[in-house]
Amino acid sequence: MKKFSSLLHNLILTPSRNTKIKLLQDYFKTLDINRSYALAILSDQLSFQFIKASKLRELVYEQVDQHLFDYSYDYVGDLAETISLIWPTKKEGKSQNLSTLIKNIKKIKKSEINKEFSKVLSELSNNERWTLIKICTGGLRIGVSERLVKTALADLYNKSVNEIEEIWHGLEFPYENLFQWLKNETSKPKIDFKKLFHPMMLANPINEEKDFKRLDANEFQAEYKWDGIRVQLMVSSNSVSLYSRTGDNISSAFPEIIETTKGDGVIDGELLVGRNFKPSGFNDLQQRLNRKKASKDLQKKFPVFIRAYDILFYKEKDLRKLSLVERRKYLEKFQKENTTNQIDLSTIINFSTWEELTKYKNNFYDDLNEGVMIKLKNSEYLPGRKKGYWYKWKKNPKLVDAILMYAQRGHGKRSSYYSDFTFGVWKENELVPIGKAYSGYTDKELLVLDKFIRNNTTNKFGPVREVKKEIILEVAFDDVFPSTRHKSGVAMRFPRIHRIRWDKPINEVLSIKEFKKEFKID
Amino acid sequence: MDFINHQLFIKDINVHIDPILPKKTAIITHGHADHARFGHDHVIATRQTIDIMKIRYGDKCAKKFTPLRYGQKYSIKNYDFTLHPAGHILGSAQVLIEKNNHRLVITGDYKVGKDETCKNFKLVKCDTLITEATFGLPIFQHPDPKDEIQKLIRSIKINKNNCHIVGAYALGKAQRVMNLLRQQKYNETIYIHGSLEKLCQYYSKEKINIGKFEKVSSKDKSFYEGKIIIAPPSALKDRWSRRFPNPIICMASGWMTVKQRAKQQGIELPLVISDHSDWNELLDTIKKSKAKNILITHGQEDALVYYCKKQNLVSKPLSIQGRSDEEIE
Repeated sequence: MKKFSSLLHNLILTPSRNTKIKLLQDYFKTLDINRSYALAILSDQLSFQFIKASKLRELVYEQVDQHLFDYSYDYVGDLAETISLIWPTKKEGKSQNLSTLIKNIKKIKKSEINKEFSKVLSELSNNERWTLIKICTGGLRIGVSERLVKTALADLYNKSVNEIEEIWHGLEFPYENLFQWLKNETSKPKIDFKKLFHPMMLANPINEEKDFKRLDANEFQAEYKWDGIRVQLMVSSNSVSLYSRTGDNISSAFPEIIETTKGDGVIDGELLVGRNFKPSGFNDLQQRLNRKKASKDLQKKFPVFIRAYDILFYKEKDLRKLSLVERRKYLEKFQKENTTNQIDLSTIINFSTWEELTKYKNNFYDDLNEGVMIKLKNSEYLPGRKKGYWYKWKKNPKLVDAILMYAQRGHGKRSSYYSDFTFGVWKENELVPIGKAYSGYTDKELLVLDKFIRNNTTNKFGPVREVKKEIILEVAFDDVFPSTRHKSGVAMRFPRIHRIRWDKPINEVLSIKEFKKEFKID
Repeated sequence: MDFINHQLFIKDINVHIDPILPKKTAIITHGHADHARFGHDHVIATRQTIDIMKIRYGDKCAKKFTPLRYGQKYSIKNYDFTLHPAGHILGSAQVLIEKNNHRLVITGDYKVGKDETCKNFKLVKCDTLITEATFGLPIFQHPDPKDEIQKLIRSIKINKNNCHIVGAYALGKAQRVMNLLRQQKYNETIYIHGSLEKLCQYYSKEKINIGKFEKVSSKDKSFYEGKIIIAPPSALKDRWSRRFPNPIICMASGWMTVKQRAKQQGIELPLVISDHSDWNELLDTIKKSKAKNILITHGQEDALVYYCKKQNLVSKPLSIQGRSDEEIE
């Protein structure tokens, strides 16, 4: 564990990609089971069922005063680091290796977690504790992507990283077949690709100025971009399962899809709420998300369907190396053979020049979709966000000017800055908050805002600072909905700071009434 | 304690402690720029603090100087002042003010741990304690500086083709790092940024063991392979540091406790070496001082105020103008 935690410590502090690769390789050279655990951790595939962030908070509150912890967490901005530093130091126990430690933790019974896991934490050094908590909370955020880990492995054993990438999702802990193949002891692991979740092909935002000049419109086709959740539907004669973009099986939450889908293949699409294939907005969809099950009532009230974009497998045939145009033919064939009321096809927008596509901008300016996708006609289905194949062109965001009211320190790399901003509009002579944003500003604007907040705090509520009402933020957002949970009665979708309006006096900011009128909220 | 206000000003006799702007009479706790300023009429401080002020700001940085030995009494009307070692940097002092049987201590910046580069902290019992709180959060528990300096020495041994640039404040921290290296038997010449030279010479003159040092000059790049260079933190990001071969950027500071902070600043080898008290030392000092009235300045005061109140001590934060957290030496 000492060795692995110093690996993570060095990885987080090293800016150089080559040094990171070297550090990883030095670790993977060890020929024992620890490297399998390391690989699982670095690719975010290891977790403990009973120990998540909320449990860790509970444990730390047993050890230290809650207020002192909260002050510290606010300052550090990283849960793992705060807990590891604040945990009362006991005498360090005998250092265990990574695999033994993880096995022992997995053995802990749920009823004994508090006592036993606290004991484990107490016996580790600061850095080991930090590592272990990072493992528990998942998402290491140490500046090492899964891709970099694969690159390090590939380079170490003279393989190509794409070869690893191809079989990656068919591999399982402890990756013995992977390591044996890397060392040329066996042939490449055989994977039944059809049964796997396939990482989705994602799009990059288009750069209107550069890309439209560079790219030939004839090589592309477009589709509407729908504001639902991206899903992968796996259908065979005896089972249907639905996966989210991150590969989580979400079948049980959408029984109407599972029960009605027929055929044999793997479909990529967007899950939407609506009747007769007419989507009714993200707010409705939200009623169906983050639920394990959906009652009959809920299904009736918020029926879902899938708008299919693409097809990866048709029966046993792997279509991923075919062009988008070829795949579309298979998708249409699949749809024809297995028509249901739960799946329709995404419409293809044909255009011959970018100007022509720009005209469609008006067409996609209603609230039902969020822009267009621009796809290279002969693109293969490639996992991840590869450059040069698929682009997204979002419609312009909605904008509103609001007054900065409160600020809080950010997390992670922004943790020393006041970077979370709450802003509001007028309600008679008072301000009422309408949203909170923690992105969108430039580094320079952040510095200015941080300084303003430090020098103009009028009140403190724990970690939250109230500031002088002087700064107007132009806030961009995708959408706004009525909400009963907020005092203002509205909830914004993806608000971010667009710019600071130095030119505008605060009395010219809208009232909540005017705001609701402008954005059509009853 | 009503005789002193939140700006550490005693109106009755027109005396300030560590004032930011030029004043008539200023008692200076130590030579760091956020405490010692140019242009007072009369400066009262330890001899070493006065020397340091003269090195930094010139001989005429104040009209009149009164050096005090630790423990030597200086009275103005019915106020008796004495200075006591603060263990922060060379010459640093706490100020004890006695008036009508009330004892008030202003700690200035202080650390409780051992340090060969200055006289070590002495606990002064009092009724009112005005303490700093730079590291006033329980996450700050400083490790043994010897272990930290060993990290640097080990890294030099492993990375022979790199040079190590250590960011350290020009006054105090730089010399402490040098001294710690010497304690751990690192006997090579240490290379320093030009802005450190005069202060290093002064420390040597004061018989502080910082060993052999030399100002960085425009030598061949490869000359600095395997060497240690000490520079003020501001120079780390500067063009200045580009002249060195494969530099590994290090930083000696209590802030380095937090990995995220180290990462933000582009520090590859953080060394948690602090000249301030950590959380436990702050609590211990508060307790042992027997003070019933605790005022807290400089830094993360919220958590410490909360703690004191829980101990039934009268406590409040004292916000001194012109000092922002996280930027002080």
